Amino acid sequence: MTSFACDKHRFHLESGVMEVSPSTVSLIREFGCEQTLLSRPDGSASFVQGDTSVMAGVYGPAEVKVSKEIYDRATLEVLVHPKVGLPGVRERSQEQCLRETCEASLLLSLHPRSSLTLILQVLHDDGSLLSCCLNAACMALMDAGLSMGRLFCGVTCAISTDGEIITDPTAAQEKESRALMTFAIDSKERRVMMSSTKGSFSVHELQQCIAVSQKASEKIFQFYRDSVRRRYSKNL
Amino acid sequence: MKETPLSNCERDFLLKAIEEKKRLDGRQTYDYRKIKITFGTDYGCCFVDLGQTRVMAQASCELVAPKDSRPNEGIMSFNLELSPMASPAFEQGRQSELSVKLNRQLERCLRNSKCIDTESLCVVSGEKVWKIRVDVHTLNNDGNLMDAASVAAISALCHFRRPDVGIQGEEVTVYGPEERDPIPLSIYHMPISVSFAFFQQGTYLLVDPCEREERVMDGLLMIAMNKHREICSIQSSGGIMLLKEQVMRCSKIASVKVSEITELINKALLNDKTARKAGGRCGFAESMPQERITALKTDQTSVEMTDVAETASSVFQTAEAPPQTAPSPLVPAPGVGQVGEGVRNTWGLEEEGEEEENEEGVSSGGDSVEEMTKMEEEQHKESKSRKADVVEILDSDEEEEEEEEEVVILYPETTGKAKNAGSSSGQKGAATSRKQRKK
Repeated sequence: MTSFACDKHRFHLESGVMEVSPSTVSLIREFGCEQTLLSRPDGSASFVQGDTSVMAGVYGPAEVKVSKEIYDRATLEVLVHPKVGLPGVRERSQEQCLRETCEASLLLSLHPRSSLTLILQVLHDDGSLLSCCLNAACMALMDAGLSMGRLFCGVTCAISTDGEIITDPTAAQEKESRALMTFAIDSKERRVMMSSTKGSFSVHELQQCIAVSQKASEKIFQFYRDSVRRRYSKNL
Repeated sequence: MKETPLSNCERDFLLKAIEEKKRLDGRQTYDYRKIKITFGTDYGCCFVDLGQTRVMAQASCELVAPKDSRPNEGIMSFNLELSPMASPAFEQGRQSELSVKLNRQLERCLRNSKCIDTESLCVVSGEKVWKIRVDVHTLNNDGNLMDAASVAAISALCHFRRPDVGIQGEEVTVYGPEERDPIPLSIYHMPISVSFAFFQQGTYLLVDPCEREERVMDGLLMIAMNKHREICSIQSSGGIMLLKEQVMRCSKIASVKVSEITELINKALLNDKTARKAGGRCGFAESMPQERITALKTDQTSVEMTDVAETASSVFQTAEAPPQTAPSPLVPAPGVGQVGEGVRNTWGLEEEGEEEENEEGVSSGGDSVEEMTKMEEEQHKESKSRKADVVEILDSDEEEEEEEEEVVILYPETTGKAKNAGSSSGQKGAATSRKQRKK
């Protein structure tokens, strides 16, 4: 659960512009990751944010069907499997967001006429699902050893009804929020690679959420670095 | 994605080793791999690791109308999905033979054995019953998916809690988990499937084949049993012919294994129950092993947001103004919105061609459409002339060309309209090039 260290937030209207004044500190839930946990895929990772957990597996570069091959690049296919039921339209839109982010960061031209398949399985959804999928995808791609031009991470922000910005919301917080935004931030310049939003908010609020996400992404990239360092260290 | 084929030397090696009673991972003939059963955060979620084979099952419920033939009974539905994550050979969307076989076997094992009391799932007879759905997702295929799936499914059903329902006369209230504790399903017995792989036309058998052994086996015998030594389902595939004694021996082995596995499931359920009662967090997140070098976990961290407001306002101020908005929409009639004007209507302007093909790149409305229709007419005429000249095609190639060229030249002059004069030469050129290309 997020909690705020300092005083309450004020929500004020200034000449028709809605502004959110966040507190000086917000929390992201505890997160954890395990890599190479599956023996068949070339790369696999499971990412956990609080109670939300997602498992990702990557196969590639592998043979591609002639109908899907691209002459100068690899064909990236993303599949998201929900926990209950068959994949539907929501999963398709999540796949689209993931595919665009991955295509922007992977060096696809190193593997022409090959296929890269990224499969994600939702293990538990307790809010911030899309950002958890993004993080799991990045760790799985790293585990598979695919060349990437930049790493990416996902951060979700929610704007509650009284105007506070909550990072990494739980499912209960998401339900009561006025707007929900997920950004994929890249590691080189901390710029936004992909954004997926729901709800209504002003441009100013959007910029504030982007700034918050960029701050939060520092932690996640540090975590990536720590995991990889731990993995390749000679002593723990 | 195609799976890498098994090489002949690998196949020979495996078969030779089996003849000498040796297995790749050092197990004995009747040994099972290590089974690990963990439960997720919400009720009905179960992870099963059978060696490297990993499977996840989730049970869920909803209120639906019952089947007409059985108005007093609830409905059970099973769905085993062979995810492409588990093996490169599994493809998304296609119902492969293996998927159908496993689904059918899971249904027979759990539904036909009547392990769950479906009458207790009835809420209002003939109107509302509970439909229990079990989704089994395969995460990693290292052989023997059936056994792992059956253990996962039955554990998920044992772990699942459905919402409590209160009936007062005509009113039915479904209580949420905060109002009243959810209640478990009533399960009579736990059927578990045990797989036997046969090699060399039934001479050698192995229990719990791994993926390599599955690829070289001749046939598979699956026996689903419960701990009371009742056979719930038995299926032999692969066309092997087994002797009566072999089947009897297998069922004896299966009963031993099933009682061990049932013991394991009960222990795991008990552990989970005590963990939940103690209030500790449980779930996949907790069960992540910490001492592994490939795993890392951090605690709740805080994010400094002191200068967020300033950066946001600076971005906002330095940003360009948004572009001009589109012209405001018109509402010509109720229920109709119009933005922009579109291209001028060109239907009904040409009387000659009846072709309705829409050529791409219609940029300047009327002119280009008329050009296109003329070209179509020429094609028409050309095809007709070709049909007429089919017999002479080899002799009079040049004549044909000339004829066609004549045809091409004629048209713009005879139908020369003022506005087409300028474009006629271009049209001619284009038409001739089209003819030449057609040749």
